[in-house]
Amino acid sequence: MLIVAEGLGKTYTSGGRPLRVLDSVDLEIARESVVAIVGPSGSGKTTLLGLLAGLDAPSSGRVVIDGQDLAGLTEDGRAEFRARRIGFVFQTFHLLPTMTALENVMVPLELQGSFHGARERAAELLDRVGLSDRTDHYPAQLSGGEQQRVALARAFSNRPAILFADEPTGNLDQATGAGIVEMLETLNREESTTLVLVTHDLSLAERADRVVALAGGRLSSDRPGRGSDARGAGSQAPAGREPAAQASPEAGG
Amino acid sequence: MIPAWVRGAFRLALREGRHSVRRVGPYMVSITLGVTALVAIQSFRADVARSIEREAEVLMGANVRLSADTPWSDTVLALRDSLEREGARGARVTSVASMVLAPSSDVVRLVQVRALDDGYPFYGTVRTTPEGVWGAHLEPGRALVDPAILPQLEVGIGDSIVVGAATLVIAGTVDGLPTDLGFQTAVGPRIHVSHQALEQARLLGFGSLARYELFFEVPSSADRITLDERYDDALSEVGVGFTLAEQQARRLSRGVDFLGRFLALVGLGALLLGGVGVASAIHVYVQEKRSAVAVLRCLGAPQRTTFLIYLLQAVGLGVLGSAAGVVAGMSLQRLLPVVLAGILPVPVTPELSLTSAATGLGIGVWVAFVFALLPLLRIRDVTPLQALRADVEPATTQPWLGGFVVLVLAGSVTALCVLEAPEPDIGLGFAGGLAVVIGALWLVARGLVGLTRRLIPRRGPYPVRQGISNLFRPRNQTVAVTLALGLGTFVIALLLEVEGSVRRDLTLSFGDGQPNLLLFDIQPDQVEGVRALLPEAARAGAQVSPLVSARIAGINGETPDELRNRERGPERPEGWALRREYRNSYRTDLGGGEELVAGRWWDDTPGTEDDTRVDPGALPGLSLEEGVAESLGVGLGDTLTWNVSGVEIPSVVTSLRRVDWERLEPNFFAILEPGSLDDAPQTVIMLARVPDESARSAVQRDLVRAFPNVSALDVSRVQAAIESVLDLVRQALAFLGGFAALAGVVVLVGTMATSRHQRANEGALLRTLGARRGQVRAVFLSEYVALGTIATLAGVLLAGAAAGVLLPSVFDVRYVPSIGLLGLVWLGVTGLTVLVGLAGTRKLLDRPPLPVLREAGGEA
Repeated sequence: MLIVAEGLGKTYTSGGRPLRVLDSVDLEIARESVVAIVGPSGSGKTTLLGLLAGLDAPSSGRVVIDGQDLAGLTEDGRAEFRARRIGFVFQTFHLLPTMTALENVMVPLELQGSFHGARERAAELLDRVGLSDRTDHYPAQLSGGEQQRVALARAFSNRPAILFADEPTGNLDQATGAGIVEMLETLNREESTTLVLVTHDLSLAERADRVVALAGGRLSSDRPGRGSDARGAGSQAPAGREPAAQASPEAGG
Repeated sequence: MIPAWVRGAFRLALREGRHSVRRVGPYMVSITLGVTALVAIQSFRADVARSIEREAEVLMGANVRLSADTPWSDTVLALRDSLEREGARGARVTSVASMVLAPSSDVVRLVQVRALDDGYPFYGTVRTTPEGVWGAHLEPGRALVDPAILPQLEVGIGDSIVVGAATLVIAGTVDGLPTDLGFQTAVGPRIHVSHQALEQARLLGFGSLARYELFFEVPSSADRITLDERYDDALSEVGVGFTLAEQQARRLSRGVDFLGRFLALVGLGALLLGGVGVASAIHVYVQEKRSAVAVLRCLGAPQRTTFLIYLLQAVGLGVLGSAAGVVAGMSLQRLLPVVLAGILPVPVTPELSLTSAATGLGIGVWVAFVFALLPLLRIRDVTPLQALRADVEPATTQPWLGGFVVLVLAGSVTALCVLEAPEPDIGLGFAGGLAVVIGALWLVARGLVGLTRRLIPRRGPYPVRQGISNLFRPRNQTVAVTLALGLGTFVIALLLEVEGSVRRDLTLSFGDGQPNLLLFDIQPDQVEGVRALLPEAARAGAQVSPLVSARIAGINGETPDELRNRERGPERPEGWALRREYRNSYRTDLGGGEELVAGRWWDDTPGTEDDTRVDPGALPGLSLEEGVAESLGVGLGDTLTWNVSGVEIPSVVTSLRRVDWERLEPNFFAILEPGSLDDAPQTVIMLARVPDESARSAVQRDLVRAFPNVSALDVSRVQAAIESVLDLVRQALAFLGGFAALAGVVVLVGTMATSRHQRANEGALLRTLGARRGQVRAVFLSEYVALGTIATLAGVLLAGAAAGVLLPSVFDVRYVPSIGLLGLVWLGVTGLTVLVGLAGTRKLLDRPPLPVLREAGGEA
């Protein structure tokens, strides 16, 4: 198992009152699988993604990635772990507006201190996402689809073991979104990455090996997607597992 | 080996740097301004010191100078002979003030008559008109004069002048004497004559205020040191000053250095203001960069890396800003000798000073660094989760870290103040004052936030209510803006107030109602005759004081020698007070500028602090000035014996006076009971007020005819001379004050930008809800007016309070606030604040609301 989450919970304080956003989530994700996390707004999808990526510390439970318990790492230790093992794709692209496309793709490599060959690797990835002629453009000079392609190249630049994608097509029109998904799947396959994606888009979710649904901060279902037929790998969870008790309705997502 | 994360941070800082230069760069101008002022002043100080040291012997015209207020004793003359036998050339210079009459124009003026022996000055060249006539003053019946004499006496070269009992022909003018210090000739022009001519003029009668100098040419420095060791102490015992050229040069450069360091404090003020500007600019920059930081954190940048990226950028910009300041400062360095030419003792040649450049660069970068640290700490609060969701509460920095940074900031500012100030005490005072002002402004800001929250009007136009409530909305910039605005206003108002008060005080001492004609060297039997020469109206008010020269012959029975040999301690009198020649007086009444602090006056008036009555017995009573009493280590009841022309006159201290030396009145260290000195040899000084200038000239003309021994000084001419020097100092202050003001404007623009983002969103939202642009503008306007009014008012009031403390304690000047000027500063800076604020929001209002809201939504 590449990712193991046990009894994962997160409580925020809002207006002086505790607010339980995620409640006892158990999840195991196999190497090189594609897992989609779905659920309505406020179900805890993004919180789960953040905890799995080590962006935040859980209130209860733990996350183990490749044998490394994230709780055993400091804030900066988790950052270094992300720099080496994890890639990110965001809904709003989050390119650094002050850097060119090429420079944006180089950032994860430079953060790791691997300066040698960084420029070549970045140029190669931009070529693979079809942007070899846009390397010196700033984000503001690129369309939304192009920006997300740069973000894809950046996500793969440090050869991550796991790629987390948060609504990667959420800000794009359908046709552009489809193109991005194609590209994401291709890169994922070629780079042998484990992909965890959060999405509202059920058709996108269905392309995954496995679809995990959240409701009210709890796991409501965990079933194979259509992708599992093609790849024959993936879900360890029993298909069609039923949800546990509902969490408080005002829980945030 | 530099760790990889540091190298990574360097690369990213450089990449992002392009952007930060655009966003924060303009605010670094405030650092540039401060560094410019500091480097210019520091290099200039070095230039002056070097120029003076290099010119040491030329400035003295010799290597050694002996000086005294009395004619040379046989001991000194014997010393001269022995030095001359050893090969050292010597020359006497004797100066005395005297009235000079020009028969051709009938004009009379008080001038310095200066008799010189052949050879002096031994160093440097004297420039004359016609060329090469230096030396003509040694010929019988001839004199050379300072150029200023010609128009004053309305004469030309070749005309005759009457100096005392001698008539001399003007052989030429002395246009440049290397021994002249730039500002000296402003006070009194001179006539250069031979010692024979001085004797013929018979100016050195009893009681005349002459100055005797003896110069030697001693080229070998080893010889000079031997001389110094052998004679310095011995000569000072007999009231003769002994000075080496290099000692004089050092003293001179110390004087200029002191002035330079005062100016440097103004420069430092500008730089610290620049620091505030940097802090607000970085604050805005960090706010804009939050999501970029969150993304970097997501991509695996540790906290220390993201912090380092932006710290490196701040320091890099600090380096750029300071380097620009160094270059500008070096150009300014070339300008300062021109601006200050009138008060510099020597012509100053600018030279490249690497130390000044390096210090300026270092201080500039350090100020940028420490002021950027506090806002940069916010970078550490950004969590990676913020890249995924906008509503994440930022973590809070460890409070100890913030406290530590504040300590570093306070320590740095204090250290810089002490380093740049003329004396450590002044530096500490400056830093302490700054802390008090910042503390007070902070309290005002907090009070403002609290008060507006409580007192916000429930009714009234919506834009006004909204604008004022912006002052206390969450994450408001009220405190930061109040600090920056208030501090800027404070500096400007304080400079204006100090300058204005010093100038007013000068006008008071010399101005309306004050005596303006000083007559001296009057013999007692001439007093009534001199008085009769004054215009009718001035006669009754003329103040007459007898002057009796005396030395101290003993205190409580101990001779000065015995007193000097006492153990060092509070009981031992200070040397200068024991040695000096006193000019004592006697009179029935207390003077107008005097306050009796201890004992009783002759008429039993009690002292204000101690009214002990001392019975002097058969001896005359003595009233001492409190400062000199302290230096002599004497108090009420002690016996002081005076040596008046060889006769010993004992007296008992019966009172102590506090004297306002600033008032133009005959003031004295020692006043004896009337009757005790009536028969002693004495001269009389008379002070009168003759308002009309032509009447003053007439008095002087009549005087020189009737009483050639009496001298007159037209005080208004002295006032003009002092004012011209003060004007130059003020120009220098205004010049640097301009730097502070300019830095203040940059700070203003910076602080106004701190809330620009928030304002953009708010404006867009209001317009989405249907507000017209005019209404949105009215919201901003009421906020700026409220903020500007209160912050600048606080700055102005604090400046008034600081002037009230500084003026009496440092400048010894009474402070009367100039309400009109302060009001003008208040309105001016408030107006500027509103203008700058509205100019900053104009662009926001021109953009359609949607893109603004979208940007606020999720730009990295």
